[in-house]
Amino acid sequence: MAKENPPGPESQGNAPLVVEMRGIVKKFPGVLANDNVDFDLRKGEIHALLGENGAGKSTLMNVLAGLYRAEAGTILINGKPVSFSSPRDAILAGIGMVHQHFMLVPSQTVTENILLGLDSPRFHLNLAKYHREVAELGERFGLSVDPKAKVWQLSVGEQQRVELLKMLYRGAQVLIMDEPTAVLAPQEIEGLFATLRVMVSEGKSIIFISHKLNEVMTIADRVTVLRKGKATASGLATEDTSRQELARLMVGREVLFQVDKRPKTPGEVILEVQDLHADNDKGLPALRGVSLEVRAGEIVGLAGVAGNGQRELAQVITGLRTCIGGTVLLKGEQIDNCPASKAIEQGMAHIPEDRTQVGTAPNLSVTDNLIMKNYRKPPIAQGMALDYREATHFANELKDEFDIIVPNVETPVRMLSGGNLQRVILAREISTGPALMIAVQPTRGLDVGAIEGVHRLLLAQRDADSAILLISEELEELLSLSDRIYVIYEGMIMGEVRDADIDTIGQMMTGTPLEQINRERSVTP
Amino acid sequence: MDPIIILQAGVASGTVLLFATIGELFAERSGVLNLGVEGMMLVGAMSAFSVAVSTGNPWVGLLVAMLAAGLFSQIHAFITITLQADQVVSGLSLTFLGTGVSLVLGEGLSKAGTISLMPAFSIPLLSQIPLLGPVFFTNQSVLVYIGYLLTPLAWYYINHTRPGMHLRAIGEYPAAADALGINIYRLRYFYVFVGGVMAGLAGATISLAIAPGWFSEMTTAGQGWIAVGLVIFAQWDPIRAAFGSYTFGALRRLILDIQGPTMLLGMRNPFYYNPYWGFFLQMLPYAFTIIVLVIGSREAIRKRLGSPAALGTPYIRGERGL
Repeated sequence: MAKENPPGPESQGNAPLVVEMRGIVKKFPGVLANDNVDFDLRKGEIHALLGENGAGKSTLMNVLAGLYRAEAGTILINGKPVSFSSPRDAILAGIGMVHQHFMLVPSQTVTENILLGLDSPRFHLNLAKYHREVAELGERFGLSVDPKAKVWQLSVGEQQRVELLKMLYRGAQVLIMDEPTAVLAPQEIEGLFATLRVMVSEGKSIIFISHKLNEVMTIADRVTVLRKGKATASGLATEDTSRQELARLMVGREVLFQVDKRPKTPGEVILEVQDLHADNDKGLPALRGVSLEVRAGEIVGLAGVAGNGQRELAQVITGLRTCIGGTVLLKGEQIDNCPASKAIEQGMAHIPEDRTQVGTAPNLSVTDNLIMKNYRKPPIAQGMALDYREATHFANELKDEFDIIVPNVETPVRMLSGGNLQRVILAREISTGPALMIAVQPTRGLDVGAIEGVHRLLLAQRDADSAILLISEELEELLSLSDRIYVIYEGMIMGEVRDADIDTIGQMMTGTPLEQINRERSVTP
Repeated sequence: MDPIIILQAGVASGTVLLFATIGELFAERSGVLNLGVEGMMLVGAMSAFSVAVSTGNPWVGLLVAMLAAGLFSQIHAFITITLQADQVVSGLSLTFLGTGVSLVLGEGLSKAGTISLMPAFSIPLLSQIPLLGPVFFTNQSVLVYIGYLLTPLAWYYINHTRPGMHLRAIGEYPAAADALGINIYRLRYFYVFVGGVMAGLAGATISLAIAPGWFSEMTTAGQGWIAVGLVIFAQWDPIRAAFGSYTFGALRRLILDIQGPTMLLGMRNPFYYNPYWGFFLQMLPYAFTIIVLVIGSREAIRKRLGSPAALGTPYIRGERGL
């Protein structure tokens, strides 16, 4: 249902329009990313652009930021038609975009990153002068960050501030923030929201791209919803709508927010990790004494901001990375620094973070990908040969059971959508009847419908007495699914919590151990 | 075996390495690994000598050498930047091509005639400083003095100017620079060109000043490879590059001279009485280069040494996934 909400006298803005996008069409090979989309932004407002992954939000904003050229449609800035052929043009017109993946040079200082690409200074870099300018700008907008610091030394939240400063320094009047909260801990999100409000009060206008309903309801004045490249609502005031309505506009049907989780007593210890140490790809310590355990019939969450050792932990447990200290026990059997096949034989299932590189072989068929953990055993294995009739039969059964939507099981998996691909992986892993499942970011990049499906499958595995370690950066997902949550920070476990509030987990995610939080609370009740 | 003379000659011979190393350093800082230094140096050495013989003016030879090697480097630029092919393969081919081209065009060049060398002179006052004076400022070629100026200039350019900042950015994270309107492709072409010009200068320094003449591929004798190794050894820093270049120049000189005297430190000189031992010594700089290159080819180690993050990867501006 499309809901038109033209700017009327009752809506909060009589402010002039700074951005008008009319009838934007943008095609990619095989995809109509934006289909005749309208969008407008008033001066001094926060306008959210809501939609699932792949709905065309980033595409629409990349058109506005000059990265893509639209096939059709007009863009008006302050009432004047414009045509951008590069991001530089957009920046000159006062439009700055903060990308989801930061565009910062890690080895350079904050100031250098801000000055990059500008015409001044002409030749000699008098950094002292510019350090001062950057510091002043930061103070004005509540974006404090040390101008002399190298970007790699900064936290993710600080890097985001540098991105904002970069745009403000260029005199941006319109700021586009692409999923700005995806990389932040809860406290940092509050800080960001405070900053956004300061910027709006200084007369800036903000476009906030998100797929998180709560955030949109909290921060935005108006919201435009995209679904499959079309706007299902344009400029809806958040006061006049609800989470339920937005979810329906976004997904196209009713969404259940509650997962059906029955209380359950966990069984014996299945996975035991003791004092694990490991290096990352650069040879720097990634895990510094991680200990945890997962019991049968429970989902244990591992929370943390991306890049704090989650990847490396999953790799060591699944046998894909060597550890330099500590042990991993699966049902009492030592499996660290052993081939991955040993863990698989012991009943480990793995939902890897990277679906296309690790989780599947993209050019092989659905069948081949589904039998990857069963082809060594009869009936599929017949001595040295594979019985393809059995394999196809097996694949078709899984296809029906797990609702994998493909024309036939001979289709190469690279043709599958993210949600379907994840179902292929889940089907394969669950079909082995695992005692332990390591699920890394199992819902990343999936749409709301597919996420629901993955959550249901994980809960079914829990009910079937599997032990599940769920590694995720989505705090809401962890809170709704997990029986217990460990929080990891810089390769160390900050503590273990049950039914904790977001605030405690957030403090742990930014490096405060649970013991210290409890101590401070007992001192100042 | 006068140590002052060894050091003095070492500085001169190190100047060749210095030019080539700093040139390669610029190319690598922009994200392009060019293993064609040896080939570009040969092109430079050959064209410098050839032009100097025919015009009688070494300065013209020098300019033509720099231009020739610079243009020659653009083959690598086109293959790796525009066609986005593998930089290692293309760079190796450039060395083979450069060696072949200069051998063919330099055929008979060694007997073509004599040239007037680049001028050499002493610097007043500075040459009076004890120890440093005779080593650095006495009777050196003008090219050696240019080398002294080049090092701090390169350092200043990279670390304290706007174009230097852009150079660092495109070698570290080109997507960030691209998003701010910096033309990655044009700048990378330019710095590969700079690398070529400097390699040509290095080659010309040999054939016009340090070891005048054309001795086919023995003119450079693998110094281009030592330069590539020195860039890693110097951790992409011009000051360390200068230090490494002069050290290696002095070492080369020492290895040559150590085989001369009959007595060494009051003992019978083993290198004089066993001439074969000399080969072992001569091998050492190349063995060092191989070790540095092998170590440097491990990405993890390279990262720790402070290699430009985008070194070796072509920049492809993706419409999707930006």
